[in-house]
Amino acid sequence: MTNPVVLEAKNLVKYFPTVSKGLLQRSTDSVKAVDGVSVQVRAGQTLGVVGESGCGKSTLARLLMRLLPPTSGTVLLDGADITSLTGRELRAVRAKIQMVFQDPVASLNPRHSVGQIIGTPLKFLKVKSATGAREHVQELMELVGLNPEHYNRYPHEFSGGQRQRIGIARALAVGPQVIVADEPVSALDVSIQAQVLNLMEKLQRDLGLSYVFIAHDLSVVRHIADEIIVMYLGKVVESGSPSDVYSTPSHPYTQALLSAIPVADPRAAASHKRTVLVGDVPSPIDPPSGCRFRTRCPRAQDLCALEEPALIDRGQGHPVACHFPG
Amino acid sequence: MTDVLPIDGIDGDSVVVASIESKSPKRLSWDRFKRDRFAIAGLGVVAFFLIIAIFAPLITKILGISPNALDRNSLNDYGLPNGRFGGISGKHWLGVEPGTGRDILARLIYGARLSLFVGLVATLITTSVGMMLGLVAGYLRGRVDTFLSRLSDLVMTFPSLILTIALVRPGTQRLEAMGVPEGNPARLTYLMLVTLFFGWVGFFRIVRGQTLALREREFVEAARSSGAGPGHIIFRQIAPNLWGPIIALASMSLPGYVAYEAALSFLGVGIISPTASWGIMLQDSVHYYRADPTYFFIPGATLFVLVMAFYLLSEGLRDALDPKNDRQQVA
Repeated sequence: MTNPVVLEAKNLVKYFPTVSKGLLQRSTDSVKAVDGVSVQVRAGQTLGVVGESGCGKSTLARLLMRLLPPTSGTVLLDGADITSLTGRELRAVRAKIQMVFQDPVASLNPRHSVGQIIGTPLKFLKVKSATGAREHVQELMELVGLNPEHYNRYPHEFSGGQRQRIGIARALAVGPQVIVADEPVSALDVSIQAQVLNLMEKLQRDLGLSYVFIAHDLSVVRHIADEIIVMYLGKVVESGSPSDVYSTPSHPYTQALLSAIPVADPRAAASHKRTVLVGDVPSPIDPPSGCRFRTRCPRAQDLCALEEPALIDRGQGHPVACHFPG
Repeated sequence: MTDVLPIDGIDGDSVVVASIESKSPKRLSWDRFKRDRFAIAGLGVVAFFLIIAIFAPLITKILGISPNALDRNSLNDYGLPNGRFGGISGKHWLGVEPGTGRDILARLIYGARLSLFVGLVATLITTSVGMMLGLVAGYLRGRVDTFLSRLSDLVMTFPSLILTIALVRPGTQRLEAMGVPEGNPARLTYLMLVTLFFGWVGFFRIVRGQTLALREREFVEAARSSGAGPGHIIFRQIAPNLWGPIIALASMSLPGYVAYEAALSFLGVGIISPTASWGIMLQDSVHYYRADPTYFFIPGATLFVLVMAFYLLSEGLRDALDPKNDRQQVA
């Protein structure tokens, strides 16, 4: 855990104003998608981000990528503030941080050949390669396990797993330090998931990449992450190493999430205590006062409605945002 | 490109089992199009008319006919064509015009030239302007989009035919004052400008809607993280995905413009006689519909055949370019 920090976010906030329909399009409310999230990604390591749909994971990814401007907070890459860069400076940053997208169909332009798709970042980020652009792209294709002869093929001719490999090759094209992967395997079959995950791990070892790995599948994150944050309604509720989070989950939300993982052994399953959360995730437009999880929390008390718990170590060995961790 | 897959045979030898062709989206669309017999027939008819229009002077010369030569000998004392069916003869294959004796086939051939020219130019300008504005409005959104969308609403509420007819005189006079040659050049320029003013809206709406949807796709975000600017994203990422609907819509609007020109010429605000136009022929023939119904039938039927062929072609194009059909042909 002594590797230097490559990518850091401090107190990131993203509110999306909700535009009320009408003649005077006045913005009254806002969706609080990400509300004060701080993360650190260390060189050559993987930060896993977990949480259910709508908790702000994808927004966090786009904030780190500078695809969305944050409402407040800062993003540091190699210690340099990249929060408000534009134009040429932003392009220089993009050469260091790239993204792998969730949907292997929507993330590849159906009208572009594979060669064009993987070559796009090379064209704009002006990365010089020793060989020509075509050779460089074909080397990348080989690196991610695609047949370089398929250079001129189109996305519809590939399977889901192969398409995701194309997406990974595109992200690798400019030789980035950090790759933000927004649920890169959740659209794939389980057998293909393993292949893509193994490829990503291999690339990390060989190229020294750092990953921000977003997923809703806890077993996937446990497999790949060195550090985990658990998000709920735009906030981090618990963070730590996989062993911290998986062996000694302290936030009731993390406990509920972990208890939802099916147990394969039927005898063990009989004694498996399942924490079922009641109700739905509250609206991010009007989140609950105090602790955002209190409306669904089995341990909620009066204090939880009054005071928001800070994300600090309360004797569990890792930070938890809960007044009554256990 | 073609790959040859060597697959191990039973005895362990490497045998060439299959050559798999790699097909681009364009190629897939063409394959689908080829299977549509109506569309191919439409394409054939359209190509036939195009060739006639392009080589009009040559064809009439070979046939020894002229659109403006008067042939009084083919008319009787009442000014009506001699013989049956509007004076159809070895000399005048489709008969002659009552009153003047001009050859109808020659006028039809030159009329095709004008009709297709008007149709193509009108389609080209309305499509390109509509597409450009739609892409910009859909991608930029915000004020630009609001302005262009309200403008398109406004244009749509205009009674276009009445305005076109009412403004034909001041419009052409204005153009002549600006140096456009008097007569048909001024009329044609006026018609194209009016068509552009009213015609971009349809394309704009479709393209804007599609762009709004496409800009949210992940490949646009991927292009942005690749360092691409708005120009690349609009024209290289989004626009190629719009060619399907655009080509289909353009091929659908072209016959509309051909018929529109005929209608305006018929109403007397289009092309000025003696230049041959199908609309003028139709208008002229109405006076003789009792005495010489063939004269009315021939330009009407020709217009019908061309418009029909265009619609069949555009139907076929629309089916072939529909991305929803993309997967069916991937074997």
